[in-house]
Amino acid sequence: MQKISIDGKTIEAPRNTTILEAARMSGIYIPTLCHHPKLTPYGGCRLCIVEVKGIPKPVASCTTAVNDGMEIITFSPMLEDTRKLVLELLLSDHPNDCMTCEKAGSCPLQWLAYAYGVRGNEIGGERRVFAKKDGNPFIERELEKCILCGRCVNVCREIQGVEAIDFGYRGFNAKISTSYEDDLNCEFCGQCIAVCPTGALTGKLWARKGRPGETKEIETVCPYCGTGCNITVYVKNNEIARTSSREDSWNEGWLCVKGRFGYKFVNSPERLKKPLIRIAPKKDMENRGYGDTEKNFTHSSIHPFTVSSNFREASWDEALEFIAARLKEIKARYGPDAIAGLSSARCTNEENYLFQKLIRASVGTNNVDHCARL
Amino acid sequence: MEILEGIANKYREGEGNIISLLQDTQEAFGCITREAINYFSEELGIPPSRLYGVATFYAQFRLKPAGRHIITACCGTACHVRGAERIISGLQRELDITENEDTTPDREFTLEKVACLGTCSFAPVALIDGNVRGKANLDTIVKEIKKIKKDDREK
Amino acid sequence: MIVRNDIAIKICMGPAGIAAGGKAVLEAFRQELSRSDIPATLQDKCSSHQVGCLGLCARDVLVKVFINGDKTIYQYVKPGMVERIVAEHIIGGTPVQEWLVDEAYENFYKKQVKVVLADVGRVDPEDINDYIRTGGYESAREMLLERSPLDVIAEIKASGLRGRGGAGFLTGLKWELARMSGEKDKYIICNADEGDPGAFMDRAVIEGNPHSVIEGMIIGAFAVGAEKGYVYIRAEYPLAVERLKSAINQAYEAGYLGKEIFRTPVNFDVKIKLGAGAFVCGEETALIASIEGERGMPRPKPPFPVNKGLWQQPTVINNVETLANIPYIIRNGCGWYASYGTESSRGTKVFALTGKIKNTGLIEVPMGIPLKDIIYDIGGGIEGGKALKAVQTGGPSGGCIPADMLDLKVDYESLSRAGSIVGSGGMIVLDEDDCMVNMAKYFIQFTQAESCGKCVPCRVGTKRLLEMLDRITKGHGKEGDIERLERMCTGIKTSSLCGLGQTAPNPVLSTLKHFREEYEAHIRDKKCPAKACKELLTYRIREDLCKGCGACLKACPSGAITGEKKKPHKIYSDICIRCGACFEVCKFNSVERE
Repeated sequence: MQKISIDGKTIEAPRNTTILEAARMSGIYIPTLCHHPKLTPYGGCRLCIVEVKGIPKPVASCTTAVNDGMEIITFSPMLEDTRKLVLELLLSDHPNDCMTCEKAGSCPLQWLAYAYGVRGNEIGGERRVFAKKDGNPFIERELEKCILCGRCVNVCREIQGVEAIDFGYRGFNAKISTSYEDDLNCEFCGQCIAVCPTGALTGKLWARKGRPGETKEIETVCPYCGTGCNITVYVKNNEIARTSSREDSWNEGWLCVKGRFGYKFVNSPERLKKPLIRIAPKKDMENRGYGDTEKNFTHSSIHPFTVSSNFREASWDEALEFIAARLKEIKARYGPDAIAGLSSARCTNEENYLFQKLIRASVGTNNVDHCARL
Repeated sequence: MEILEGIANKYREGEGNIISLLQDTQEAFGCITREAINYFSEELGIPPSRLYGVATFYAQFRLKPAGRHIITACCGTACHVRGAERIISGLQRELDITENEDTTPDREFTLEKVACLGTCSFAPVALIDGNVRGKANLDTIVKEIKKIKKDDREK
Repeated sequence: MIVRNDIAIKICMGPAGIAAGGKAVLEAFRQELSRSDIPATLQDKCSSHQVGCLGLCARDVLVKVFINGDKTIYQYVKPGMVERIVAEHIIGGTPVQEWLVDEAYENFYKKQVKVVLADVGRVDPEDINDYIRTGGYESAREMLLERSPLDVIAEIKASGLRGRGGAGFLTGLKWELARMSGEKDKYIICNADEGDPGAFMDRAVIEGNPHSVIEGMIIGAFAVGAEKGYVYIRAEYPLAVERLKSAINQAYEAGYLGKEIFRTPVNFDVKIKLGAGAFVCGEETALIASIEGERGMPRPKPPFPVNKGLWQQPTVINNVETLANIPYIIRNGCGWYASYGTESSRGTKVFALTGKIKNTGLIEVPMGIPLKDIIYDIGGGIEGGKALKAVQTGGPSGGCIPADMLDLKVDYESLSRAGSIVGSGGMIVLDEDDCMVNMAKYFIQFTQAESCGKCVPCRVGTKRLLEMLDRITKGHGKEGDIERLERMCTGIKTSSLCGLGQTAPNPVLSTLKHFREEYEAHIRDKKCPAKACKELLTYRIREDLCKGCGACLKACPSGAITGEKKKPHKIYSDICIRCGACFEVCKFNSVERE
């Protein structure tokens, strides 16, 4: 353990802890924009500078490890004025259109500008202008709002392992770019959006659907696979505005393209909400091509089960009783091996366990499998 | 493609060769082409975004081919105090190259600015197709450019 | 017929020598000597060497003729002069008096002390044996065979040598820190990415005496325990790269590099890495990133390279001049070296003396020499009878020293107190025609273009500084701009990530300190006292002096001048682009500039 003092408060921190981490552990707030606890420290925004006794110049607390006996000052008029200048510089090259920005209200840059009283027009000067050309369906990139903190590059490299984007060019012209500045063509996991501290990266589906404060946050579990990532759903007017995941969840805030963007089905008119029981004879289905030629089915724009003339709505009790009765009937007539169970990757381990138990113990066959094996 | 393969093979072993790889590519093709980046990415498993990031960071690499003749104007301090700026703006006028461009539309001339050629005693210095012109002045360089243009026409 | 036992003609083929036509002069000598009417005996005994920089580049092409040990030096040699030199001097035995160097040439050398440059211009850079003949590689051999790494470190520490690349860190201490690190793989890197505009000593040393750098690296590698070395060199220096490559190959052949060098158990390999044009790669951590094949973006320090550098291994990075000092310090002893210079700045330093000075070129002086000795004794004073205004040292990280501070001693501490730095050794002399605001703008323009873009203060801050200075030099300065400049400069200095950003404001701060009134004149009166900022000038033709010769009319690129032959001409100021062409061509001083 290293004994240090931060703003006069004595703190013990393990070796290799950074000053920023040590301060956060003991509840001392140091502003920062480029730091992300899960990513390699970058040291680019320079907001987290602190004074260390014996070192002539301020150091970035996010990249400097604590050392026994260090005396650290996190707030002084000099540090605060420098931080303010850095913010002024950032906002001198920022569109400042918080009025329509998706990030307004959840934007660390906005919070800091507010805290330091920076309106954004103090310095003035040329702003970067970029031609917008992203044709991808998921990720909106407004590079004018980018502060080049590098979080998106790092998350794409260190967490996702894709490296779809990197820094390009240099100096004032530096920008986050794909190869040859092409349209983004990646997994669209949107991790970059999750870590972006400004409105430079947002979800295309989210546009004008509702910002924090006007949405209700609902904690839930992603329905897409057995991993069961925790997600937060933002709801406005009984419609999902966006989803995200909390950093303190077990999936550490990381999601995939489905969890982050695949929520449209919830409000889809085609969504199946109640059990349906077939009423028309099976022959009809054959006439419509079901089970006959795959071609007809895949090209049909109407889902076969929504055709109301073939089905009627039922209650869960009725549906389950119907299934149980039919299974028993088949088992009695043709034996248990005439039945097979195929389970889904969207179910959890526990659900899959129960399912195979149902098939093996109640139905009495080993004909059980899982779609993920196909 | 064979050239690309040769370059890739040269740097298959060992780490940290991206810059050398791109230098060889530029030497062979005159610029860094999209094909080259995609090929190396595929062959050597380096993400294309990283190759592009390196190519755009260093002043040496160009994404478009240079002109047939390259005029390199030194912008070092010694050249600056001896009027390099006037030579450069004069050359831009002469060649009809705008501030943000470096090559004439017909790809005949490229006007390159470099930080320092290390020949400060002969400031201002310019290179015409690699040949040093010490104590340069606008008139003589413009004359030389006109001569090059004339010679090219005659060829 | 005089017997000529030892005739040698040495032609300056340094960067400036080549720029002045050294190749053509060499060729002329070759031809002249091989002509049939010259006696064959003479032909055989003459040898034309290509040598590195001789120093007084302003008088290039310089040619030294040695006849039986007697040295004669010719200046401003053109190919057309060769025939006469050969005929009268080499064949006839009588030097061509009017082409010889004069007294000013001798003065140029009097106050100089040559250590690093001692053999530059003396040895053939393309022949290892020439270097060995002067005692080369003896220091390395002696250290490896007879002394321990700790002895080497102690010797270099005692010499007081500080890094010549700019920061001035004690070289011996750096080696000791790397030595102490327990890691197995260590690296030594020679930083030859000489990027300061206005500094070219590293280029001259590599082109003129590459083996001294290699020997320095061998000794350094032995001291820190590194088995691998890199020379990171600018691709913009093709001749230096070529000579270094051939020198490294020769050193391998001689057994001075590779496995078991000097027949000891020590292994040491050296590779060349070509820089690709980024000034920031002179910064240690950016240089490491660049060698690793990444974008040259600096990394946070600590960890320092001596602990975690290239591929996360302990790495020593030394500049070319620093390493080239090493063999000479070992050869002559640390006491000899430390006898030059001041208490805290030992030894000699090479400066590139350029700008508005008579004798431009590379000079090597003991640390602590008064600035005025450099300017007037070595430099020969200001060109064209103009008044000295300031001396800019340290390039884009440095500052301007005003003319009234000429008694200042040139060493790390004194320059730093005056608001400048020694830096890599650029020394640019400015006269009354140079505008200090424009100078500050020039350097900010440079650093702004070279900023890597990683940290906010440097990326956006230098851009804003440049915009502000640009406004001021164009007459759009506002009240309060000076204070705004100062606040911005201080902020960038305090908060930037690496040395580039931390020192970028220095040219602005030092000119604000010494030439504040020039800023005020630009901002308040919209005038440039040096008449250098063209947007603040107006050109006018004086009717009483104009003879109507039409020279200005012809020279004007924008068609802003009208007038009939033999009648006074006129400039239309709204068309005038203020290029000053008319001012320069007018033989009657009738063009006025205000």
